[in-house]
Amino acid sequence: MLDLIAPFFERLNETTGLNFSPFYDSYDWGRLVEGMTVSVKLIAAIIALSLVIGVVGAGAQTSRLKLVRGLVAAYIEVFRNTPPIVQLLFFYFGLGAITPQVDMGGWYEPMIGSFGWAVIAIGIFGGSYNVEIFRSGVEAVPDSTKEAAESLGFSGFQIFVYVTLPLAFRICLPALTNNIISLAKTSSLAYVIAVPEITYSLSGIWSDSVNVPEMMVLLFAYYIVLVAIIARVMTMIERRLALPGYGQ
Amino acid sequence: MPRNENWTEAQPIVALHDVHKSFGTFEVLKGIDIEVMKGEVVCIIGPSGSGKSTLIRTINGLTPVSKGSVKVEGIEVHDAKLDKLALRRKVGIVFQQYNLFPHRTVLENVMMAPLLVLKENRSEVEARARTLLEKVKLRDKEDAYPAELSGGQQQRVAIARSLCMRPDVMLFDEVTAALDPETVKEVLMTIKDLATDGMTCMLVTHEMGFAREISDRVYFTDAGRIVESGPPAQIFDAPQDPRTQEFLSKVL
Ligand SMILES: Nc1ncnc2c1ncn2[C@@H]1O[C@H](COP(=O)(O)OP(=O)(O)OP(=O)(O)O)[C@@H](O)[C@H]1O
Ligand SMILES: [Mg+2]
Repeated sequence: MLDLIAPFFERLNETTGLNFSPFYDSYDWGRLVEGMTVSVKLIAAIIALSLVIGVVGAGAQTSRLKLVRGLVAAYIEVFRNTPPIVQLLFFYFGLGAITPQVDMGGWYEPMIGSFGWAVIAIGIFGGSYNVEIFRSGVEAVPDSTKEAAESLGFSGFQIFVYVTLPLAFRICLPALTNNIISLAKTSSLAYVIAVPEITYSLSGIWSDSVNVPEMMVLLFAYYIVLVAIIARVMTMIERRLALPGYGQ
Repeated sequence: MPRNENWTEAQPIVALHDVHKSFGTFEVLKGIDIEVMKGEVVCIIGPSGSGKSTLIRTINGLTPVSKGSVKVEGIEVHDAKLDKLALRRKVGIVFQQYNLFPHRTVLENVMMAPLLVLKENRSEVEARARTLLEKVKLRDKEDAYPAELSGGQQQRVAIARSLCMRPDVMLFDEVTAALDPETVKEVLMTIKDLATDGMTCMLVTHEMGFAREISDRVYFTDAGRIVESGPPAQIFDAPQDPRTQEFLSKVL
């Protein structure tokens, strides 16, 4: 792959001074690929965690226990009304400092690394939005449909899993898409705690090769393509789940 | 529901005694007494807001009563210790707005409760569901989604869905009220078949002709009370109470 494009980018650098070093230098290429891989893994983990939190939180909000509902509400308040970067720093430096170290046979490593803390912090941040998104979906499911399930003997849990959730998910899919895309973008904040994702690895390249503008262009291009792919996937899911004749 | 050893078919299968229900300070049911024997078909008629829906919903525990007793097969429905899920195997209900699961096909709608609630064997449930869909004349629609069906078809699916739980009693709350006149008939035919097969049915209905034709007994309710009850011929041809007379003169 690199062999194929390297001559072109080498010439480009020599003739115009536009230095896309990852496209001809195998070391920088390695850094770019590593950065993209970590970024994709990070985003996938963040989205997965935020979805789990969203579903569990929306379920907990329908709890009969006031305390449970109160805790969920407090969680949403805190994480929606503080900047994600502050949350990230709080988790990494605040909680990271007090989590135990693991004996790796001679040396010690923190139980949760920077990647882990980024997933936890940004996942929890995104989850606070997902709880609200799922809740609006849950509330849009007609009581009469749930009542039909109840009258057929479904338990409360079965009603939530088999009736409320599938319908709520369809209703809130557009809002969910927005939040997922926003989370993909927010994942670049992991840069500040040195997670070797794309922003971080490109910054490594530009400080070595002094090609900041070129790497910035690359970074923009990466996120544009990534977001386009996510949007495309979500549209496909939306189409797949669309119910014939429903909601039109 | 725990089998009640003391209940026999010589006793009412559904028995309401002095049932009261208030929403806040507003008393909707003011002492209802109804007894239904196994295999009987009972219609409840009355003006809008008289508490018919509330009444019928107390029978499968969807609406809790404030006072009084509701017994199905001799067992108190509003006993806090009662296993509600078990009650709902005995009593099926069909609503005015069908309330099918829009994200499931017709066949899945019918199969869901026996699979999830009764944990029955899939192939058995599937065979039973198909037989029921045959009965309501919708075998060819089993893969359709509810929104692809007409109101009358959806209502017949809802009936099949209830029947697939093999209930002993079926409740119908104005199941034709949301339908076009042409499709009302197909749903009424389905209910009539059911009644002919010996199913115990309690219907809230505005279809007076149908009530007269199908019921063993008619109850007229007004303002939370049963004003008058009797065989359909008596209620429709010789109503005693002025409120019944007035209501019938308006709707007939
Ligand atoms: N959940 C509730 N909370 C408060 N009031 C209620 C509730 N359900 C019903 N009511 C009131 O109780 C009264 C009786 O309602 P119900 O639905 O039983 O009447 P109905 O005889 O079925 O009327 P219709 O023929 O219009 O269906 C109405 O005044 C209604 O507003
Ligand atoms: Mg009603």
